[in-house]
Amino acid sequence: MNQIIEVINLSKFFGENQAVADASFSVKEGICFGLLGPNGAGKSTTMEIVEDIITASSGEILYKGQPRSASFREEIGIQFQHTSLLNFLSVEETLLSFHKLYQEPEDLQVLIERCDLTPILKRRNDQLSGGQLQRLMLALALVNRPRLVFLDEPSTGLDPQSRRNLWDIVRQIKEEGKTIIMTTHSMEEAEYLCDEVAIMDMGSIIAWDTPTRLIQTHCQGNSILLPESAFKINLDTLPFTWKRRDKTIVLETAHIPEGLNKLLQLDIDLTDMAIHSSNLEDVFLCLTGKGLRD
Amino acid sequence: MNFKRMWAMFTARNHEFFRDRAAFGWNFAFPFLIIVGFGLIFGGKEHQQFKVGLFTNTLQTQETGSTVPLSFQQGKYLQFIDFSSQAEGEQKLQHHKIDLLLDSRSPEHHYWINDSSPNGYITEQIFLASLIKNSEGLARKQIVRGVQIRYIDWLFPGILGMNMMFSALWGVGYVVVRYRKNGALKRLKATPLTSLEYLSAQMFSRIFLIMFTLIVVWIGSNLIFHFQVHGSYGALALIFFLGGLSLCSMGLVLAARGTSEEFTSGILNFISLPMMFLSEVWFSLEGSPVWIQGITKIFPLTHLLTGARKIMNDGASLADVQSECLVLIATTLICLIIAARLFSWNE
Repeated sequence: MNQIIEVINLSKFFGENQAVADASFSVKEGICFGLLGPNGAGKSTTMEIVEDIITASSGEILYKGQPRSASFREEIGIQFQHTSLLNFLSVEETLLSFHKLYQEPEDLQVLIERCDLTPILKRRNDQLSGGQLQRLMLALALVNRPRLVFLDEPSTGLDPQSRRNLWDIVRQIKEEGKTIIMTTHSMEEAEYLCDEVAIMDMGSIIAWDTPTRLIQTHCQGNSILLPESAFKINLDTLPFTWKRRDKTIVLETAHIPEGLNKLLQLDIDLTDMAIHSSNLEDVFLCLTGKGLRD
Repeated sequence: MNFKRMWAMFTARNHEFFRDRAAFGWNFAFPFLIIVGFGLIFGGKEHQQFKVGLFTNTLQTQETGSTVPLSFQQGKYLQFIDFSSQAEGEQKLQHHKIDLLLDSRSPEHHYWINDSSPNGYITEQIFLASLIKNSEGLARKQIVRGVQIRYIDWLFPGILGMNMMFSALWGVGYVVVRYRKNGALKRLKATPLTSLEYLSAQMFSRIFLIMFTLIVVWIGSNLIFHFQVHGSYGALALIFFLGGLSLCSMGLVLAARGTSEEFTSGILNFISLPMMFLSEVWFSLEGSPVWIQGITKIFPLTHLLTGARKIMNDGASLADVQSECLVLIATTLICLIIAARLFSWNE
């Protein structure tokens, strides 16, 4: 698979503050690539440099193996996290305005139906709800039939239903062979949508792989959680790696049925048992010692 | 330059302007109200320039009649105001509320003036001249013949120009900074739209709105004041168009950078207020120091108003105002180039 974007030794300073520190990664054509990290990790800055919205302090960005040319903007679509539109225009007028900015735009009716904009076409931009505005922003990002779509925190502020609808649209876009680069601090979103994930912290890429391999590589696997009172035996004799979290004992095991079998053999009461599968949040915790939302 | 993209931005901005009812209405109401206001103040035949306070000294006998010369009482541009006491009149004189205070029954023609008032000095001279019994033959009077230009005819282009200036500087400069601050420009930067296309669209949209406003205000005001245009309407429209372009391009330079609406507002005031006072919107600067007259030449509004008044009041042709046209065109080109070079979408 060809690389559509290559980011090489990217750095960005705002005054004396370094927002991006020597970041390097590449994105294969046709996949959904996620930049994952807490607020302030440098995701949006990295994204805006790749989008050619702001300039890098140093480093190089290649699009299809070449430095980005004037045609780059014809081939990309962007949904910004923080942006605004002309307040007094309707949704329909806004779509038409952006439609005219491109040489080979998408059929407007297709776009309207895909992003479910029909009920709000005549509504003014400043009268839209958060979810409706996000749908319009997504439509504007797709108005030119882009090969590469950037989504910056696309589901921030959306209710669960709107978020699920957005994810469905993103999946459809991916099925059409378009490449998606998205930032998020939602591990659920990243796991659901992304084929590859780069985890950022303090401006640096600290891990980059598929979600499954990241979990396998950086976490022990799954955990069985039991209250401390369930154990009548000395915990040091347990055939598990374990740790105490408040009054809960966390037992790590690669294979859940096997672990449960061992506990039954030791006659441990499993009534209040809980099972936790490792996820990208755990990967971040393992790598940095802090949570994604800290 | 892609005209389709420019047209998209042009129409979007026009839609926005026409939908913003408050701003839209104010653009028409502001110049119209000023013109009507000044027309009422200065347009009437009973316009009084100098104010004379009259009081009666209580020591004078009731039988004594008014000693104010008849020629002074009937003088042009004089307004007489009665006061109950000398003290009341003196207080008004001290505060420049009146120009001369006169004891109306004093055989010695007692009067008071404020020594720091230029109007007081002139009123005093009128009063003294009225005391000369027979002044005929002392000087030879001749009256200028030809078309009379009313003050409102002279003022009207100034008010239209001032409205254009505010509309251009604030409607372009302030609005673009607001778009930059709220991220609307960042969204446009992500498209193939170039800065020159965007700036040109903003400029032409504003000039379209300015000319539209100008025509509506002109027609409305003309119904009341019947302005006299001695030159051609075409030449007048052209000079206003060129003036609008130069003022809009000036607004684009101010909007090229920055995200602070407060700072931009300060800069706009810093430029627009001196331009309003020094470009002869309200009064002529004839006779002011040479260096002040030199400064006024840097403002496009000065050249716009000079050209417009020449056409409207003096019947000048386009050839007569070619120097003003050239200055306005040059200002537009220079400002547009500077704006395109300095322009930033998001910082």
